[in-house]
Amino acid sequence: MGHRFVPNSFLLKEMLKELGIDSVDELFRDIPPEFRTDRLNLSPPLSEQETLWHLRRVLSKNRYQGEIPIFLGGGCWFHYVPAHVKYITQRGEFLTAYTPYQSEASQGLLQALFEYQSLVAELIGLEVVNASMYDWATALGEAALMSCRVTGRRRFLVPHFISPERRSVLQNYCEGIGMRVDEINQDPNSGQIDLDHLRNVLSEDVAGVYIENPSYLGFLEEQVDEISDLTHRAGALFIVGVNPISLALFKPPGEYGADMVVGEGQPLGQSPSFGGPSLGIFACRNDMKLVRQMPGRLIGMASTLDGDERAFCMVLQTREQHIRRERATSNVCSNEALCAIAAAAYLASMGPEGLKTVASISMANAHYLMKRLAEIEGLDAPAFHAFHFNEFVLRRVDGGTMRDFNQKLLQENIHGGHILVSEFPELGESELICSTEVHSKRDLDRFVEAAGKIMEGKK
Amino acid sequence: MTYRQAKYPEPLVFELSQSEREGGFFNPEIEEIPEIPPKLRRERLNLPRLSEPEVVRHYVRLSQMNFGIESGLYPLGSCTMKYNPRACEDFSALPQVRDIHPLQDASTVQGALEILYRLERMLAEIGGVKRVCLQPAAGAHGELLGMLLVRAYFKDIGENRTEVVIPDSAHGTNFASAAMAGFRVVVIPSNSTGRVDVEALRAAVSDRTAAFMLTNPNTLGLFEHEIKEIASILHDAGALLYYDGANLNGIMGKTRPGDMGFDIVHFNLHKTFSTPHGGGGPGAGPVGVSEKLEPYLPVPIIQYDEDKDKYWLDYNRPKSIGKIRSFFGNFAVLVKAYAYLLMMGASGLKEATEVAVLNANYLKEKLRRIPGFEVRYDPEAPCKHEFVLSAEPLKRETGVTARDVAKRLLDFGFHAPTYYFPPIVPEALMIEPTETEPKEELDRFVDAMKQIAEEARRDPETLKRAPFSTSVSRIDEVRASRRPILSWKQFVRLRK
Repeated sequence: MGHRFVPNSFLLKEMLKELGIDSVDELFRDIPPEFRTDRLNLSPPLSEQETLWHLRRVLSKNRYQGEIPIFLGGGCWFHYVPAHVKYITQRGEFLTAYTPYQSEASQGLLQALFEYQSLVAELIGLEVVNASMYDWATALGEAALMSCRVTGRRRFLVPHFISPERRSVLQNYCEGIGMRVDEINQDPNSGQIDLDHLRNVLSEDVAGVYIENPSYLGFLEEQVDEISDLTHRAGALFIVGVNPISLALFKPPGEYGADMVVGEGQPLGQSPSFGGPSLGIFACRNDMKLVRQMPGRLIGMASTLDGDERAFCMVLQTREQHIRRERATSNVCSNEALCAIAAAAYLASMGPEGLKTVASISMANAHYLMKRLAEIEGLDAPAFHAFHFNEFVLRRVDGGTMRDFNQKLLQENIHGGHILVSEFPELGESELICSTEVHSKRDLDRFVEAAGKIMEGKK
Repeated sequence: MTYRQAKYPEPLVFELSQSEREGGFFNPEIEEIPEIPPKLRRERLNLPRLSEPEVVRHYVRLSQMNFGIESGLYPLGSCTMKYNPRACEDFSALPQVRDIHPLQDASTVQGALEILYRLERMLAEIGGVKRVCLQPAAGAHGELLGMLLVRAYFKDIGENRTEVVIPDSAHGTNFASAAMAGFRVVVIPSNSTGRVDVEALRAAVSDRTAAFMLTNPNTLGLFEHEIKEIASILHDAGALLYYDGANLNGIMGKTRPGDMGFDIVHFNLHKTFSTPHGGGGPGAGPVGVSEKLEPYLPVPIIQYDEDKDKYWLDYNRPKSIGKIRSFFGNFAVLVKAYAYLLMMGASGLKEATEVAVLNANYLKEKLRRIPGFEVRYDPEAPCKHEFVLSAEPLKRETGVTARDVAKRLLDFGFHAPTYYFPPIVPEALMIEPTETEPKEELDRFVDAMKQIAEEARRDPETLKRAPFSTSVSRIDEVRASRRPILSWKQFVRLRK
């Protein structure tokens, strides 16, 4: 007995005596003997140092951005995280707190989360942002459910080109209430929403129309005003999915009629970490008809009972599971609060110019790659004739496979894009390529050079 | 010496903003920035402009106006606020953890897959289950997955079951998760000892019952010792038994949910396995299942090929429900839990449970002897990792409520217990000390509770205005919800 995390192991006898019992087993006498476990089949405790050795050994098998350039995006992005942002989220008072139920003792966390809501509200152009959801996909699932609660309708429309994972999560969220998810066609050449098709599928049972801007495949949608119009005329809600970094440069959904916005907040101050923690952005128009149907925590500005001192607390809690139980707007309890604080510290640090720089470099890098790769014989980019942010589809048209292309890139210590062959077979041999400010010009040139050699058959 | 939380008149980042200051983190290398079509272009972006020292000072000040487990005792019942090893923060900050992408070729992330595979095996052993899905991001997310698995199972075997039974003492998330998955919730009452009323359960279960969701030890901290009978009632009716793992810290290493007959088990890594709660996440809520539910688990399943010594992702699962979130879950959190489990080992986990239960019983015995407090249900039985104190006698005598007691505790440098939960106990104070609190801290807590009971009799009006030592005094939460102000953007508009 005596693990270093368990201070009272040394006082066991003394404390048992105060309880008037001899053995700690007495405290477990209510567990039926047939269910008692003698010993778990796990290893003996490792020291902190041994644990580090073990982890280093296992993790040495990972290749990581920085060691090699990795050109992957698709809903999870590499962006530089300033050291002080990491430091802020390592402050023990934030890191080791629970959900701020005791507002008087949690003002720091509550204000930081209110700032997160406020900063994201500016970025997307809507006034109401919740304190986070798990990730983009679950935020989309919750948005579909909310659109059903608001409109009383049970059909949800999504674009054809959407991440299959996100689509699957959405399907699972809609399963319980029997909501149907249908697709809106997109033009195969430009990726733009097929407005005629949208008109046809927009019947009276549609609760929400969802588009992504930029799309999963990197291109921008130009007909947002028309889509918004059609959607609202049909009495449905217009929901837009975003990469928040792109909004430093592109018109925010709040300016083109979005009723709700969802997205992935991970690029705001967090490394990919193999896809998690992530940060689900969830926002809506400031209309109490919508706000009262929001899932998740909402932090509001308040004041103290004894005067006018400004304070912050969780508000509209009667929507939530711990009060409303099966009639709650969602089952969400723990969300991604610390990631929201990272996003707040990141946005406050970048400021408008800093964020524009991040977005511009990312876009310039991707466009540079796009142009240079398209010059190589046998490669074609972008697959869609539209404006792109920092991701695009690269196609291979010489009869070879993208799998082979990527394997050969890896031999050159470069990780290519995300292969789309099984997700969208109609695009042929293709992959989704992403670049951000984490790539130096040298990384980009090495990629182009290696791609050239591979396509010439010299590799 | 008295406790005093830091207090700064700290403005919002928007109010701190000075128009001339800039971020300036990056030097662009490529000069040619593509021209964005005017139709798509953003005109104005209202973010604050602050220098780095201002940002750091602002958030450090905010952090000092916040209470975490590193600040002091945090006896928040059912939340298992135990010390979070700092080493785990270092481990999860390694570039081989942070800077890997979920869509990388499997050959380049063998280390990550190995950790996930090994963690899954460890959790399966602790839970007594066949396989574990690590994807859910929180306990409630795990519950939702569990309920979707229940749905998929009955759909597959061709049975139409529409109801989920839940005890009245359960966590609010259980009801909400079952409802989200499309089930009708049937609530059963607790018996006079605070446990499942087995006869009421028998009466509630029918061929419409899909599952029974149970927390064991339950939210009163009492072990459901009739679990064998409970399991057979459900299984005889062809229904499933779901384990809410919020209270696993009371039995970990002493008994296993799978052995007790649970078919689906969720774990809260941010509770039992000591990953920090982050002020409300990121957490992780893996879900373990017995063999018959394995085919429905989300994709991918991580498999190990012993001959090639390679880990691979198995997407070929025809009965899988698909995805419950993107990618593989909160990976960095999973790494912390894995490291914690390695450092604890089999013996450490058992020791943690024993001392968590010892600490809870120690506090329970001391506190229930203070006039004004009582333990309502089965007070003589040992509790597990937590217990629920009722302040009703104190309220009857002095008018001071459980909330007042909780708020006053903040003045002693403690976090408050969970209060007014579970709803079956009037004036409930749900207390969970965990195994990482030294006895001296527990004794200080007992002294504070004694002092508060005395104050309630001597000067209840002052006590009702507590806390006095926190950054702000009691907040008007009712008014804040009446006309909610949810962002700076809205605040500025209203001010105009």
